[in-house]
Amino acid sequence: MASIISIVNLTKSYASGVQALKPINLEIERGEIFALLGPNGAGKSTLINIICGIVTPSTGSVTADGNDIVRDYRAARMKIGLVPQELTTDSFETVWATVSFSRGLFGRAPNPPFIAELLRELSLAEKRDAKIMSLSGGMKRRVMIAKALSHEPDILFLDEPSAGVDVELRRDMWNMVRRLRQRGVTIILTTHYIEEAEEMADRIGVINKGGIVLVEGKEELMKKLGKKQLTLQLREPLAAIPAALAPWNMELKADGTELVYTAGHDGTLDIASLLRQMSESAVAIKDLQTHQSSLEDIFVSLVSERH
Amino acid sequence: MAFNRHGVWAIYKFEMARALRTLVQSLVTPVITTSLYFVVFGAAIGSRMNPVAGVSYGAFIVPGLIMLALLTESMANASFGIFFPKFIGTIYELLSAPISSAEIILGYVGAAASKSIVLALVILATAALFVPISILHPGWMIAFLVMTAVTFSLFGFVLGLWAKGWEQLQFIPMLVVTPLTFLGGAFYSIRMLPPAWRAFSLFNPIVYLISGFRWCFYGVADVSIVVSACMTLGFFAACLAVIAWIFKTGYRLKN
Repeated sequence: MASIISIVNLTKSYASGVQALKPINLEIERGEIFALLGPNGAGKSTLINIICGIVTPSTGSVTADGNDIVRDYRAARMKIGLVPQELTTDSFETVWATVSFSRGLFGRAPNPPFIAELLRELSLAEKRDAKIMSLSGGMKRRVMIAKALSHEPDILFLDEPSAGVDVELRRDMWNMVRRLRQRGVTIILTTHYIEEAEEMADRIGVINKGGIVLVEGKEELMKKLGKKQLTLQLREPLAAIPAALAPWNMELKADGTELVYTAGHDGTLDIASLLRQMSESAVAIKDLQTHQSSLEDIFVSLVSERH
Repeated sequence: MAFNRHGVWAIYKFEMARALRTLVQSLVTPVITTSLYFVVFGAAIGSRMNPVAGVSYGAFIVPGLIMLALLTESMANASFGIFFPKFIGTIYELLSAPISSAEIILGYVGAAASKSIVLALVILATAALFVPISILHPGWMIAFLVMTAVTFSLFGFVLGLWAKGWEQLQFIPMLVVTPLTFLGGAFYSIRMLPPAWRAFSLFNPIVYLISGFRWCFYGVADVSIVVSACMTLGFFAACLAVIAWIFKTGYRLKN
């Protein structure tokens, strides 16, 4: 797939000398959902804000759908919608007015049927004439999303979309993101909720201390770095692993009361034959659990490794 | 897209809608304030004053009062218009939109100037109820009105960008521009001043605006109309230059 956003050697240093972004090189593919994962202060928002034109880059270049974000900023920005992290809205405006304002600001002719449909999709139709200050936090977040989509962008940035959002809205938002993807919109979201990335993303980029640590398809990442383990709790503690169990990659833990079996590189556990062998070796089992490491485990290990 | 007309129009409409929402603050208040000046200076004190340069005192102060309101409101409108999005954070949208600096200014300053011109005309109509008014040079009057409104809206826009807080937003209008306007001949001709003060007054840029504007009404001026017109254009150019620099460097807008 061709990339829709190309980031080449992008850096950002502030006047105070703080380097917010080390040279960043990143390609976002057309039509994908890309999750940018990183701890607070890693540079996620700085990166997004540069692409959207809010922060000026120090060096390097970015193109959005082939348009340089500085030289051809009009063409580039018309393609981009941004839902920022903070809930910043005009309290005194109505929902309808503020969403229509955004559409105009981004250079599109008025299109009331489109705005009406957009509000309906975001469950805002009933609130169209309500003043924004009368809305709940979740509703305001929906308004921000409507504003970002008002000019029909091809690329949507969601900066921490789940911050302070309840379960229902989060689910609605995820559904909306999937619908947008079906229409061919490329979505880049930053998050430090790993479950969000795990649920939604096609590819994941991990950013830490201003640098991209890794970029990988979600499935590959899970396969490569994910661990599958079987923990067996024993009736009687063992002093050592019986020789008959040597072919399995096992460790004795918890003072000999637990055997932990970790899957090999093929990612599968040969549980049936292990259990057979154990009963033959007269090792009695009290209980057993399997555990598959989540993206969260992977992420924590990635970020802490590079501290 | 060479010119984002939808964007400019969106900003203009947004700002005009804000004025309509706050009609009392943006129109009724200045009109009442100005009417009070007429009652005090025009009717109560004015009847005991000699005509200035052949114009009755009540009528003489009209152009100055209109200028006073025009300057104050242009500044207040434009500075608030850009300061508020900065303050609440909605500026992100403006910065990420496919809109040039010139277009942003056109929207905000255009709206601020429109509002203060409407206000000036309303005050003029109000004044006409109190005192007989003649306008000798209506073309020039409109030109002065528009130029001053635009210039001070630009100036207000700069203030709004520069201000880091509400206090700074009020500082220049209250402590610099209002005194300069009062001392700029809104209520008197600088010819009435002792020579030293009169010379000193010529350093006050507002003198040129008020004098020029008054000339449009009654054909009398403290300084030549050409000088007034040049000074007005000069302020306009200065404000444009500052704004061009601000957008070039991103001062107080972007990191």
